[in-house]
Amino acid sequence: MMLSLNNIEVIYDDVILVLKGMSMQVDEGQIVALLGANGAGKSTTLKAISGLLKPEDGEVTDGEILFMGEPIHNEEASKIVRKGIFQVMEGRRVFEHLTVEENLKTGAYTRKDRKHIGRDIDMVYDYFPRLKERRKQVAGYLSGGEQQMLAIGRALMATPKLMMLDEPSLGLAPLLVKEIFNIIQRINKERGVTILLVEQNARLALGIADYAYIMESGRIVLEGEPAALADNPDVREFYLGLTEVGKRKSYREVKHYKRRKRWLS
Amino acid sequence: MDKFLQLTLTGLTSGAVYALVALGFVLIYKSSDVINFAQGEFLLIGAYLAYFFLGQLGVHWSIGVILTLILAAAMGVVIERLVLRPLIGEPIISVIMVTIGLASLLKAIVGGIWGTNPQIFPAFIPKQEVHIVNAVVTADKLWAIVIALIFLVIFTLFFRYNKEGVAMRAVADDQQAALSVGISVQKIFAWAWSIAAITAAVAGIIVANVLEVSPNLSGVGLHVFPVVILGGLDSIPGALIGAAIIGLLEAYAGGYVGDGSLAQVISYIVLVIILMIRPYGLFGKEIIERV
Ligand SMILES: Nc1ncnc2c1ncn2[C@@H]1O[C@H](COP(=O)(O)OP(=O)(O)OP(=O)(O)O)[C@@H](O)[C@H]1O
Ligand SMILES: [Mg+2]
Repeated sequence: MMLSLNNIEVIYDDVILVLKGMSMQVDEGQIVALLGANGAGKSTTLKAISGLLKPEDGEVTDGEILFMGEPIHNEEASKIVRKGIFQVMEGRRVFEHLTVEENLKTGAYTRKDRKHIGRDIDMVYDYFPRLKERRKQVAGYLSGGEQQMLAIGRALMATPKLMMLDEPSLGLAPLLVKEIFNIIQRINKERGVTILLVEQNARLALGIADYAYIMESGRIVLEGEPAALADNPDVREFYLGLTEVGKRKSYREVKHYKRRKRWLS
Repeated sequence: MDKFLQLTLTGLTSGAVYALVALGFVLIYKSSDVINFAQGEFLLIGAYLAYFFLGQLGVHWSIGVILTLILAAAMGVVIERLVLRPLIGEPIISVIMVTIGLASLLKAIVGGIWGTNPQIFPAFIPKQEVHIVNAVVTADKLWAIVIALIFLVIFTLFFRYNKEGVAMRAVADDQQAALSVGISVQKIFAWAWSIAAITAAVAGIIVANVLEVSPNLSGVGLHVFPVVILGGLDSIPGALIGAAIIGLLEAYAGGYVGDGSLAQVISYIVLVIILMIRPYGLFGKEIIERV
């Protein structure tokens, strides 16, 4: 197992309990999707893994996170990047006043093999030809889609073993989302990068994932192969927006309530 | 004609000193958004350390300068570590208040050790007179200008091509994103503070050489404020150009207008005008807003 979270608990500001016994596993070479509604704790989970909780005054207070068998919870973010985990944060977060190429170079900040950086920049441009056209441009003026590409390209420059993407589809046009998901798949296949993908767009995520987890209120409530999950009536209703037609509304509401109940118990 | 040239050279000399102090100021602001009100005191410390090594201990100037710069860098790191690191996450205004306190503290330390009387500095940068067309300056003033220009070039190259320099700009843009790519933000802050202390110390040595060593030297910090507002708080070339403009304005105002009292306030007049018409300075970065 490449990554495993065992019963972790995360608290913000010493009082706000956000993850409550969260457990999940990521197998080497796979694309694993982590789905859930707003506020479920998906981003918090990724930050707990990547060590980015500290600047937000968050802390892993219980449980353990193991990467390649080693405990990494509450390690410095810069150490975790060096171990091979790279998080592409929600909202892209490119360095706005740096050029495209400088942004890519910051992705390689922790690398020792500095003479291969030029080659890898070209590799990123192969995946995202649009970035090449804008290589000297300041990143703040790129379109949202281009910024997302740059954020992923910057992650590639770190040559991570595990890439964690937080809602890469956020705010992008459907066609562009497709393009980006294709590239995520290619990165996984061609470069052997394990992917942990957080998404609200369950349909797309289940489309490319090998395994998926669904989380609610700070813990996993459902997991399985995408095909099995897509057959689950709860997932169909709450995440894929598919409801059986002809059912009376009141009945559906009762069922909805029961299902929620079952997940949370 | 020769009066104009004379004033220009004088103005550029003070401009060079302002520029060195302003560079450190910009560096700290760029990486951490902190406005360091103790930059003038950094200059003071540099001048007194150099006086201590060269004047009191009598070591060779090259060794004295190196020791001064090493101690200045160490002071930067210690200040970052003890004073600023505990404040990470606090509102920026508290951090700024702390730098004001730091300024008084450093000044008090200098007063406590060396007293408040001016001291003669054993000048090591040559002071022989140099004739330029119709004007006369001492060589150390020309050196001040050359040194400021050298620092500008080093800084520009550093921020454009050096890995740590680019990382500093990344930290300035987005701290959390910088952490996510593996940059140690604290290391970057420590770098910024120590480089700022070094450039201020260089300025301090130059001023000591040109004038003397006295507690009043920290007043340079007050002139630097208009300089960085004029040039843009986050612009390295802006700091240099702002410094030249302020230095020249002070010299011309002192030489041509009335009894010279205008020279004392001219930089603040500029400051107010700039704040009204171009609050991010001549070269400051605008906040990027995509539409
Ligand atoms: N820095 C913080 N301080 C305090 N509470 C926080 C902080 N960050 C997140 N939370 C809380 O933790 C919970 C989970 O937040 P998180 O961002 O992990 O959710 P998410 O699943 O990523 O949601 P979304 O889909 O909206 O991005 C939310 O209730 C949120 O209010
Ligand atoms: Mg989120």
